[in-house]
Amino acid sequence: MFPRIVYESFRHQARRKLLAGVAITLGVAVATAMIAVATDIGDKINRELRSYGANLIVTPQEDTLDVEVGGVNLKPPSDGAFLNEADLPKIRGTFWHNNIVGFSPMLQVTAKLGSGPDAKDVTLVGTYFNKPLHFGKQDFATGVRITHPWWKVTCGDGRLARSGRVEDSPAACGWPNDDSQDILVGERLAAKLVKKPGDTLDVANRQLTISGILSTGAAEDEDIVAPLAVAQQILGKPGAVRRVYVSALTKPQDAFATQDPNTMTPEVRDRWYCSPYVQSIAFQLQEVIPYSHAEQIRQVAQNEGTVLSRINGLMLLVTLAALLASALAVSAAMATAIFERRVEVGLMKALGAGNLTVSAIFFAEALLLALVGGVAGFSAGALLARQIGRSIFNSQISIEPVLFPVVLAIAVFVTFAGSAAAIRRAVKFDPVFALRGEG
Amino acid sequence: MSTTGTLHSPKQVADRRARAPHTSMFARMLLRAAVLRRRRAAAALLAMIVAAAVATAMMNLYVDVQAKLRTEFRNYGANVVIVGKYGQSLAADALTKVDSASGPGGKALAVPFSYAVARTKDGQSVVVVGTDFTRARQLNHWWKVSHWPDEPNQALIGMRAATLVSPNRQPFELTFQGKAIELAPAGMLQTGAGEDSRVYLDQSEFQKWTGVSPSTIEVAVSGTTAEVETSIRQLAQLLPPADVRPVRQIMEAEANVLNKTRATLYASATLVVLTSALCVLATLMGWVFDRRRDFAIMKALGASERLVNGFFAAEAAAMGAVGAILGFFIGIGVAVWIGRANFHAPVVPRFGVFPYVLAGSVAVALISAILPITMLRRVQPAIILRGE
Repeated sequence: MFPRIVYESFRHQARRKLLAGVAITLGVAVATAMIAVATDIGDKINRELRSYGANLIVTPQEDTLDVEVGGVNLKPPSDGAFLNEADLPKIRGTFWHNNIVGFSPMLQVTAKLGSGPDAKDVTLVGTYFNKPLHFGKQDFATGVRITHPWWKVTCGDGRLARSGRVEDSPAACGWPNDDSQDILVGERLAAKLVKKPGDTLDVANRQLTISGILSTGAAEDEDIVAPLAVAQQILGKPGAVRRVYVSALTKPQDAFATQDPNTMTPEVRDRWYCSPYVQSIAFQLQEVIPYSHAEQIRQVAQNEGTVLSRINGLMLLVTLAALLASALAVSAAMATAIFERRVEVGLMKALGAGNLTVSAIFFAEALLLALVGGVAGFSAGALLARQIGRSIFNSQISIEPVLFPVVLAIAVFVTFAGSAAAIRRAVKFDPVFALRGEG
Repeated sequence: MSTTGTLHSPKQVADRRARAPHTSMFARMLLRAAVLRRRRAAAALLAMIVAAAVATAMMNLYVDVQAKLRTEFRNYGANVVIVGKYGQSLAADALTKVDSASGPGGKALAVPFSYAVARTKDGQSVVVVGTDFTRARQLNHWWKVSHWPDEPNQALIGMRAATLVSPNRQPFELTFQGKAIELAPAGMLQTGAGEDSRVYLDQSEFQKWTGVSPSTIEVAVSGTTAEVETSIRQLAQLLPPADVRPVRQIMEAEANVLNKTRATLYASATLVVLTSALCVLATLMGWVFDRRRDFAIMKALGASERLVNGFFAAEAAAMGAVGAILGFFIGIGVAVWIGRANFHAPVVPRFGVFPYVLAGSVAVALISAILPITMLRRVQPAIILRGE
């Protein structure tokens, strides 16, 4: 009898049930989408913060002091120690290699521009643009295009470079190939020299083709940027790298992060090692690159945590507001649906049904509605979250499967809570008044 | 109504009623409906208030959070840099000009830097920088400094420079073009960047020693991208012999993160406001639908379609307006609290949001009243009164 009453109620009041179901579905959808966005926003913003550039720098351990003013290096170029280029792919072998977004080596050399008596000194920076590398079985590409996203290559006349490689269409300007002899010229230097892409430059007695004009808003605007191999040839030190910029996704640092790993007990040290703090990633970089010293770039690394926690906190509060609003919407819909059925309650009670039976029928209906609405709402919310992720962050917002039972439980709880007061009032209502149509 | 009860003579009652405004019946119906069913009315009003409060808080946050985040982003340091053309020093009054452009206590913080390459006793080169420590400390929050110099002839030494000039933190000597200076290390500076290889001195002492005046001024301008660009143009006009450049790394990354955050907040705020509207719709529709007997009685007593519609519409509008006003203030409170809790700075109440909240609330309330009325209009009053 009990299932039949519930079934008939759904069959005969399809429209009302549909309304309550829609309210639950929408409420659950909004809640799911907001929870998914809020749990994923930290990771997404962390990735966006990488547009500030590298947060770690690796230098040779025994390096001499940098003597650099306004981006001009005054130190003799062959002075000091170097890292070995061959060690760099090992960065992909560290424990947190999945957190390492990219790295780019730098080698600054001072080269003669032009020949004869009017030759002048210019700084040439050798680096990776988007160099294909492999470590073990993984193939990957890395370079300044990943670690220095604010570097822009133009054609010198304001047009932005095509994203494709130069060789696709030789007439166009763009990023040089890493195994070519093509170079980028900083926009200030290019303006001084009156050079444009396609021209050749005589740098240290080599004829190098300009493939694009580089704009960075910093010291590189006065420099020449070339593939690493070109800089190594000019310096006469194959495989030499002065420093490596590493861009890594890190966890905001806390008191634990700043402890010295050498004073930790083995278990604590393991926990520290296995947390993606900027300090532990620096420690691991030092392990894989021989004779190196890795350090956080504090300007980038220190501020990340604050910005991240602010945005995280904000989204958490907004999610709470969304949960509150959808809970209220669901309860309101349920309360309305039940209040309209006082006559039915009166009839049931007149026929001898107890308060418990009547409540049980209503709760069973609410449970059914909550489950159906919860499942539909969860799917709709997942789609919504995906849409938000794709349109805002150009990447997928992943929905944790564990969220499903949680959301379903919340849906059932909220539906029950919303119905409870209305059910109690409906049950307490005198059947005589209800049947007479009063109240 | 209580006044009518206290009057004794029928004539007085008749007089009082005759003098009463014509609309009083309408107003009384509205009032009685709210008083008699106060629980249902309170529930509907509560839904209205909560929805208006949530909407207000979200709109307020959406407007204010961008300004809040911009302040956070200023912790990344200077976004504009002024350098002398062709590596020359800036004019002596450059810093004063920059300060005056931003106004006293204004939106910009300018820090001068001057550079020289000095030699240590054993002939090694080291870059020495003259700056204003008080300003540098405000600008560069990420500098990890063990102790800021507070006495004359004290220097701040970069981590890597320290191993060269003062490995045991003893006083050391530097020479620049034959002029020597004796310095005591005040503290160590660690940044992970170029600053680690330098020695920092107070600008006046530096200038006395080397005669070099500032060649770079780093400026942190707060405000939107457009405001920063205006400041750059102003500064360029003010200092014609200097190059005023935006720091692209900082500006572009900031714009990027801010845009993404704003878009996410916008999407979330829209969802929350829509859900609150749904909540109001559900509650108010129930409240109106529930009173179909009132509706039927009014019609049975001969009320015109217009009067009945007007009655329910006026009721809904009144509820929407009251809910919007109460909800607006609660929402402002919530926004201020969020600002305090999350950003440790008060959110400025945006009263400009109020008309939108009011209009939205009244519109949603009207929709939720009109929908059930149009449904009921097709039904004969007799059927409703029979309780079917």
